[in-house]
Amino acid sequence: MSVNLAQETVSYAPAEGALSSFWLLIALPLVSAALLLLLGRRADRWGHFLGCLSVGVAFVLGLVYFFTLRGLEESSAELTLFSFMPVSELQVDVNLLYDPLSSVFVLLITGVGFLIHVYSIGYMAHDPGRRRFFAYLNLFVAAMLLLVLGGNYVMTFIGWEGVGLASYLLIAFWYDRPAAATAGKKAFLMNRVGDVGFLLAIFLMFATLGSVDFEDVFNGVPTLSEGTVLAIGLLLLLGACGKSGQFPLQAWLPDAMEGPTPVSALIHAATMVTAGVYLIARSHEIFSANETAQTVVVSVGAITLLIGCIIGCAKDDIKRVLAYSTVSQIGYMFLAVGLGGAAYALGIMHLLTHGFFKAGLFLGAGSVMHGMNDQTNIRRFGGLFRYMPITAVTFGLGYLAIIGIPPLAGYFSKDPIIAAAFARHGWTGWLFGGIALLGAGLTAFYMTRLFVLTFLGPKRWTEDITHPHESPATMTVPMILLAIGSVASGFLLSLGLVDYLTPSLGPETEVEHGPLSHLTVTLLTVGVSVIGAALAYLLFRRGTALEEQPARSPLVRAARANLYADTFNETVFELPGRLLTRALVYFDNRGIDGLVNGLAAGIGGGSSRLRRLQTGFVRSYALTILSGALVVTAALMAVTFGS
Amino acid sequence: MTPTYYLVLSAALFTIGAVGVLIRRNAIVVFMCVELMLNAVNLSLVTFSRTTGTLDGQIMAFFVMVVAAAEVVIGLAIIMSIYRTRRSASVDDANLLKY
Repeated sequence: MSVNLAQETVSYAPAEGALSSFWLLIALPLVSAALLLLLGRRADRWGHFLGCLSVGVAFVLGLVYFFTLRGLEESSAELTLFSFMPVSELQVDVNLLYDPLSSVFVLLITGVGFLIHVYSIGYMAHDPGRRRFFAYLNLFVAAMLLLVLGGNYVMTFIGWEGVGLASYLLIAFWYDRPAAATAGKKAFLMNRVGDVGFLLAIFLMFATLGSVDFEDVFNGVPTLSEGTVLAIGLLLLLGACGKSGQFPLQAWLPDAMEGPTPVSALIHAATMVTAGVYLIARSHEIFSANETAQTVVVSVGAITLLIGCIIGCAKDDIKRVLAYSTVSQIGYMFLAVGLGGAAYALGIMHLLTHGFFKAGLFLGAGSVMHGMNDQTNIRRFGGLFRYMPITAVTFGLGYLAIIGIPPLAGYFSKDPIIAAAFARHGWTGWLFGGIALLGAGLTAFYMTRLFVLTFLGPKRWTEDITHPHESPATMTVPMILLAIGSVASGFLLSLGLVDYLTPSLGPETEVEHGPLSHLTVTLLTVGVSVIGAALAYLLFRRGTALEEQPARSPLVRAARANLYADTFNETVFELPGRLLTRALVYFDNRGIDGLVNGLAAGIGGGSSRLRRLQTGFVRSYALTILSGALVVTAALMAVTFGS
Repeated sequence: MTPTYYLVLSAALFTIGAVGVLIRRNAIVVFMCVELMLNAVNLSLVTFSRTTGTLDGQIMAFFVMVVAAAEVVIGLAIIMSIYRTRRSASVDDANLLKY
């Protein structure tokens, strides 16, 4: 793609050479998923290898395409495969776009996805549904790749829906557990709420611009009225919130923990939740054109990151704490992409580093559960460092990365976001910067609590656990690789990612300085994180109570109840809907059915009364005939002689 | 010839027949009253035939007699079978065909 500064037009170069086959990226995992599902039990013995192989080959291809793209001058490749919906005005092609933004997502999805696939071989070794599991994982990867490679909004939407379907299948993978089945349904339904927004945005684009291609839409944005741009932006944001678990649609994400742990890692690190960030970064032309839309994105990010942090402090379930940390980290990404300008690239960078350390943390959590009879309560862990050293070290590196300790990955990606938030003009800079800073402190607190309670301190195990054990190599090797990523990715990405993404995300690469210098913000962030971590260490190094203690303050009570997110959704979204249906049912029963039924009852009642005339007495019939004849005769006579 | 007396007689017979159909219960009597009405009509047909000097009315009267004869055959058969099943010739007892 080349951005011409004078006219601000967007145009994508056609795909040539090696890049003309980049549809293989999507096709490989898709074909593998289809094979695994269609072959059924025949593929049980080797299905997991095929699943890993397809994603692994896709990763290698992704690397090849990545370096091919770097060699190109236009740094974009558009591929039109065939016509999808040719309906007079509406011409939608199956076209794919490979540009710097897509390329980094492809590498994240296939790379981290591949490690998670390998880990799943060990994690799901004893599960009879392992082949089905790998089929769904491949489907998930294929859908996510279609999402990031789609060349128009409809293609992106198809991938978007595919991700929703795959997440439903995977969260409810153990469908015989009621909790898992419900969680799957909840994720699916809450995603639908967001999808409606995305769909309406596509309709609006077509209605106002006559096209859904990225190229046409981005070039058409300056011709639109301010209100239309705002509407499209907010509708896209609603879609992004649903998929990424942002306020007010964040409640499904922690419940998604009912699925197998590799699924949580896949959803939280490589796929699904990153889709919202991708959508906003991809549509940056729309968001940059309207400041109100940007402010809303920033606010959503800020609110969500606080919500995630506060609830994260109150949870005792190892996976749920990580889930809420995802919620808050995605909040940071939304904050960044909402700030606009150079911060888009920062959001993507945090997304990539987060992909490494969050995948590592989840796989670590899965490894802990694997050795502890699938328990998840951190109050009953403790002292596991000696029993699972590899898990502890890799988890520890991920933990240090997420709280932003230099020189690990989180420091390089989170720190600039906080600085960029402070740089926002006026008092909003202080507000959003302050929230981001507070979030960093809280993150350090609850992640330290999680780490200390799990790996350090005294043993607080339940009676049935005698020998916790380290996991097999198929599980530890991916964890080690991800830990290396958590350590090194931040520094490596900070060298060139922002410049690399320039063709996709606009020419600004320098983050402006706000009232605080970059060094001040860095010192503040690291300081706050260290204070949070130290506080948690001092509080929890001797362990904690075995059972949840009664809440002493309303904040704790609210945090344990997920800040009443479910109640909020029930009152704001579900209750009006339920009342509306009830009113409609009432109107339907009493109004429309009443009219029809009343008419029928009237005719029925009238005729049953009329029926009484048929007495069965012949003489009364004779009288009727006679009277009728008399009346007719009288009428005839009146007409003939009357006048 | 003045048709008045004949017509008045015809009307009187018809009325007697009609009233008989309406007020009597015995099927045989009702039947006889029906015959009375038919023959009252025959009388007026013949009367008008005489006054106009054409034969149409008399031919019609023969038709009515033939139809009446056929009717008597069928009607009496029905009354017989009703009497056999119900032990009664009252028309009010045969009132099954109702609402």
